[in-house]
Amino acid sequence: MSALLTVDDLRITFPTRQGPSEVVRGVTFTLGRERLGIVGESGSGKSQTGRAILGLTPAPGKATAKVLDFDGTDLRAATPAMWRKLRGTRMSMVMQDPKFSLNPVMTIGKQLLEALKFGAGETRAEATARALAMLEAVQIRDPERVFRAYPHELSGGMGQRAMIAMMLVTEPDLLIADEPTSALDVTVQVEVLRILDRLVRERGMGLIFISHDLRLVSSFCDRVLVMYAGRVVEELKASELKQARHPYTRGLMNCLPQIEGGVRPLPTLERDAAWAR
Amino acid sequence: MSDTTANGGRESALLRFLWKTVKLLATVALTFLGLLLATFLIGRVVPVDPVLAVIGDRAPQSVYDRVYVELGLDRPLYEQFWLYLEKVFTGDFGQSFLTKRDIVDDIRRVFPATLELATVAILIGTLFGIPLGVWAAVRQGRFADQFVRVFGLIGYSAPIFWLGLLGLLVFYARLHWVAGPGRIDIAYEYSITAKTGLLLLDSAMQGEWDAFKNVFSHIILPASLLGYFSMAYISRMTRSFMLNELAQEYVTTARVKGVPEWRIIWVHALGNAAVPLVTVVALSYANLLEGSVLTETVFAWPGLGQYLTNSLQNADMNAVLGGTLVIGAIFVGLNLLSDLLYNLLDPRVRRHA
Repeated sequence: MSALLTVDDLRITFPTRQGPSEVVRGVTFTLGRERLGIVGESGSGKSQTGRAILGLTPAPGKATAKVLDFDGTDLRAATPAMWRKLRGTRMSMVMQDPKFSLNPVMTIGKQLLEALKFGAGETRAEATARALAMLEAVQIRDPERVFRAYPHELSGGMGQRAMIAMMLVTEPDLLIADEPTSALDVTVQVEVLRILDRLVRERGMGLIFISHDLRLVSSFCDRVLVMYAGRVVEELKASELKQARHPYTRGLMNCLPQIEGGVRPLPTLERDAAWAR
Repeated sequence: MSDTTANGGRESALLRFLWKTVKLLATVALTFLGLLLATFLIGRVVPVDPVLAVIGDRAPQSVYDRVYVELGLDRPLYEQFWLYLEKVFTGDFGQSFLTKRDIVDDIRRVFPATLELATVAILIGTLFGIPLGVWAAVRQGRFADQFVRVFGLIGYSAPIFWLGLLGLLVFYARLHWVAGPGRIDIAYEYSITAKTGLLLLDSAMQGEWDAFKNVFSHIILPASLLGYFSMAYISRMTRSFMLNELAQEYVTTARVKGVPEWRIIWVHALGNAAVPLVTVVALSYANLLEGSVLTETVFAWPGLGQYLTNSLQNADMNAVLGGTLVIGAIFVGLNLLSDLLYNLLDPRVRRHA
């Protein structure tokens, strides 16, 4: 499988009063048209990794890498115009909470059309038809109503589906899903994940699924990167998660509650400063 | 089937709109009643004898007693309030002790001067303040931000009468770019008939373009100064609202979609920042409409601020109460307007209100 995305030695630094603070320290991986999970606790750098791939490292942070290649394009040298083009059409990202990630004063339809307008050149009618079809594809029963609705008029699950529609309507090659279900009810989570899974597989996209939920990631992805303190501490196939060797991954696994025969109380996660080195 | 639901939706939307209008009007009516009560009570509490204001201090006791009864001052307070309401609703605010004219006529004369000045000023303040604030927010911490901050700080802190005198000295006395104090040159004063009292509007409607130019050249300096003041405030608030909006997740969403930066700033972020900005602009406008005594004095502008200050200094209570009522009405009116604008700008308010 040819690599869609190659990341070598990605580092993200934020200047602070005490000098530069490196939040991502040498992350290296390649991604084909597969589903890659990134897990880790908050502050482990997983979200920043996702954003850096899209060129969205928030100022004054700086992302550097030895290689940052997306399908033959060197992202390190990308100009703002190139980024806009790539982001609109070839890579996109689903964020955590539709309450915040959708513009509250703009209708869903307008926000959807925006993705198309600045992506491919087509007429308004064509774009509208495509947007409505996309809303149907994320299993929204009444796409026309949702098209006209404002974000606050939709439930969380509905909003996240609209978000997914917005991000997939231009048929990108790479989708980064940054905790796409963390803000949803458990029952809705499964539905949304199923929709995401189907669309990603049908379209043969590369997916980076960022989550803190080890179990979710292992059931949903092909491969898993485990991050700790800005580093990848372990990379393994999702099916081989049980054979994880790194003590941090093992620790995470032990924390999962079991229905029968689990350990009570749940063990505390151990941390070792040496892992971060 | 979808047609009928759409119609039903529209009908109930109309009903909801009507209901909201009724509620709004009721609120306005109540606010006005409160306002009237407040001005009435102020009128009773101040140590100015309303009878003396009418008859002067050399009238005999018999005249005093008669006027005392005529003004209803012998009756209980609630009856007096009722009398006051009756008078106000027939447009009778009494006579000015100073000008010996009906308060209504006085206000009709001075208020348009203030209205005109305030409107040009708020236009200048908004048209410059919002773009400058947006610019500062986008360039946060860079030169543009510092520039807007310092420029605004001068607007905040420089005394307006000093800036006014300086402006007159430079642009009127030295450079002859603008006309001097007053609203219009005497040469043009009788070439236009007062219809609205807003000279820019009157002269334009009557096609008197020379007079229009003259009026414009009179108003531009004081309006720019007042506008500079509100610009300082508006740009500062715009900056902070925009910084808040630009840090929101939906801005990242727009970037991920490949939306150009200008559209993210002016459509997405400003579209959201516009909601609180409405209040800021409305309050600035209300402040300007109260009349600025200092500016009006420096520029010999016959406006509400000067009139009220004069009346207050001479204990001309009828004029003061009339003017207070006008200012109160302006605040109520502008609040109403910003409520309506909220509805227009924020779909979340449309639903819940």
